[in-house]
Amino acid sequence: MRTPPRLADLVPGQSATIGSLAADTGLGQRLAALGLRPGQRVELLRRAGWGGPLHLRVGMTELMLRRRDAARVDLIALDGAA
Amino acid sequence: MSHCQSPVWSAPAGQATIAVLGMPNTGKSTFFSQLTGSHAHIGNWPGLTVDLLQADLDLEGRPAQLVDLPGIYDLRGHSEDEAVVRRFLEATPIDLVVVILNASQIDRQLRLALQVRQLGLPAVLLLNMADEARRFGVSIDTERLSSELGLPVLLVSAKYRRGLAQVRQAMVRQLGPAADPSALAGASAASDAEAQPAPIPLLEPILQAGEAELPERMALLLAAAVRLPPQWRDRLTRRLDALLLHPWLGLPLFFLAMALMFQAIYAIGVPLQEALGSLLDAFGKGVLTPLLSGLPPFLKGFLLDALYQGLGTVTAFLPVIFLFFLAMGVLEDSGYLSRAAYLMDAFMERLGLDGRSFVLSLMGFGCNVPAILGTRVMRSSGLRLLSMLIIPFSLCSARLNVFLFMAAAFFPPLQGGLVIFGLYLMSFAAAILTALLFKGRFASDEPLVLELPPYRFPTLRQMLNRAWAEVRHFWFWARRFIIFGVVAVWLLNTLPLGVAPASAASLSGRLGELLQPLLGPIGINPKLTVALLFGFIAKEIVLGGLAVIYGQADPAALGRAVATDVSWTQAVSFMLFTLLYTPCLSTVAVIRSESKRLGFTVFSVLWSLLLAWLVSFVFFQGAGLLQRLGVLG
Repeated sequence: MRTPPRLADLVPGQSATIGSLAADTGLGQRLAALGLRPGQRVELLRRAGWGGPLHLRVGMTELMLRRRDAARVDLIALDGAA
Repeated sequence: MSHCQSPVWSAPAGQATIAVLGMPNTGKSTFFSQLTGSHAHIGNWPGLTVDLLQADLDLEGRPAQLVDLPGIYDLRGHSEDEAVVRRFLEATPIDLVVVILNASQIDRQLRLALQVRQLGLPAVLLLNMADEARRFGVSIDTERLSSELGLPVLLVSAKYRRGLAQVRQAMVRQLGPAADPSALAGASAASDAEAQPAPIPLLEPILQAGEAELPERMALLLAAAVRLPPQWRDRLTRRLDALLLHPWLGLPLFFLAMALMFQAIYAIGVPLQEALGSLLDAFGKGVLTPLLSGLPPFLKGFLLDALYQGLGTVTAFLPVIFLFFLAMGVLEDSGYLSRAAYLMDAFMERLGLDGRSFVLSLMGFGCNVPAILGTRVMRSSGLRLLSMLIIPFSLCSARLNVFLFMAAAFFPPLQGGLVIFGLYLMSFAAAILTALLFKGRFASDEPLVLELPPYRFPTLRQMLNRAWAEVRHFWFWARRFIIFGVVAVWLLNTLPLGVAPASAASLSGRLGELLQPLLGPIGINPKLTVALLFGFIAKEIVLGGLAVIYGQADPAALGRAVATDVSWTQAVSFMLFTLLYTPCLSTVAVIRSESKRLGFTVFSVLWSLLLAWLVSFVFFQGAGLLQRLGVLG
């Protein structure tokens, strides 16, 4: 079985739809409150250097998320420049 | 700091209780201070407004108390702030909730308004930053939203004071007519209780029951009343971020911006400080001295040499502090401070910390106490404790006073600037070393999710108000310590009666001699020892103390007096020690209350003392060796 693509795998400029969150309740709630919910479109704007965080946009909100935590967000339906 | 004893209270009879609720970064605090006219601190950093601010308000004759609740994302959330809000709502009878959302982020924030609706609390919904939403192409049909939600919905722009009059009217209408004042005057306790709305005993069951229908309800409301732009329109933020968050250029640009900011603060602040110092000294010599000449020498000495000189020396530094807080305010409200967390996170992660720890340390350069309070946004205890361990090494404005003075006294301007810069580097080095040494003991795997708000232009009025409030706060809070400190130093210097002030025979001289075996090897003489001892209480006292010890108030004259007494290597060693040892008693107290661990607090104090001694020892002995070898002047 192929593992689904994860938020951490997006390249800058690419968008995708969020599939599911494998985060614990605390992080899951915070992500949801900031708009990262299953079914929402998310765009990766840029990655910080030296393994730093990701700069994302969901709806009208921009946020930063560590790569480690972004690995817990599964995606469906990737598109955009790959 | 103002500390509420408990988030739970109830208003006096006849006074309506209005809670202000909203997500972080919605301009909630701005709204609060604009509406109440109080100088509330405005934080872009979720968690800084943890203490509940409250203010009295007159709504067309109806007295009300407005309470600013901490910014939260979710009424069912797990953070400390979210628990505080729940506790508050469960224990307090509330007449009205003012819900504030960021209008351009209504697509996700509407959720909080729906949760308030589920609780059945009377509410008014404010969509703030309406100007920004319009600019970004978000259009909201407030009438439709209002009829669907069954509560008044208003577009406002608190920062520019737009729509506030309508907000007051809506609040009055929602509160309804006040209870008959004559009935209230003679009211018994029972009718008082009757007149007040009852609090909701438990929120969670109600919220949990409504959770399932929230997403659909939100989607329907948004489809009916909100039009979002097909394309993100904030070109300013897009362009600035492309440069300021650039993978390679971002950090150098950030450090350049910081260096320029500090340069500007000194370039403007130091001349102001010198002018104010001379002015105060002239006033003391020309007006106060002749005025008090009739008093007995002991009393005259006490008033002039202790109180006036000590306070005057510290007052002279207020312009620098004002400028510092002004710059920090601009940095925070423009949105760049959140970017600093993004830029520094990769580095901080390797120290066992995160981007927020960096931002808090940066705020610590103003004052360590609010920075340590700010660690409340962290949930992992390891991360919180490690952050609390490094924040006290941030060179706060009180220590800066001492360094600006010492640098001016011992070095020509250019070299003095380098010494200050070196102390900033030392401050970072001490924090990094501490984090590296202890990150294993305070481990954390806390995730980091932070909002990056669009860039905004802070308004001049807001920035000035805020910097003024910070300076006032600093002054009122520090004043007690300073008065106590300078008086104590003066007494130690003058007692027992009859000795030459600050001589070896005085109490301070004896105390200094007693500690010589410990402090002699790092170049701290008995006079400097007394200043350091009192610096443990607050660094604001160090300068005032030196002024009393050397009997000079004017910073320039005091500088000359100190410079003839100690060598430049002693001065630098003194500065290093001042930088690294315990910032002040208030910091220790707040570490104790926030960590809730006595052992950790003692450890934090001892570690800073040890590090301070070691660094001063290496510097002083090393410089001495180089001087003997003829390498150093």
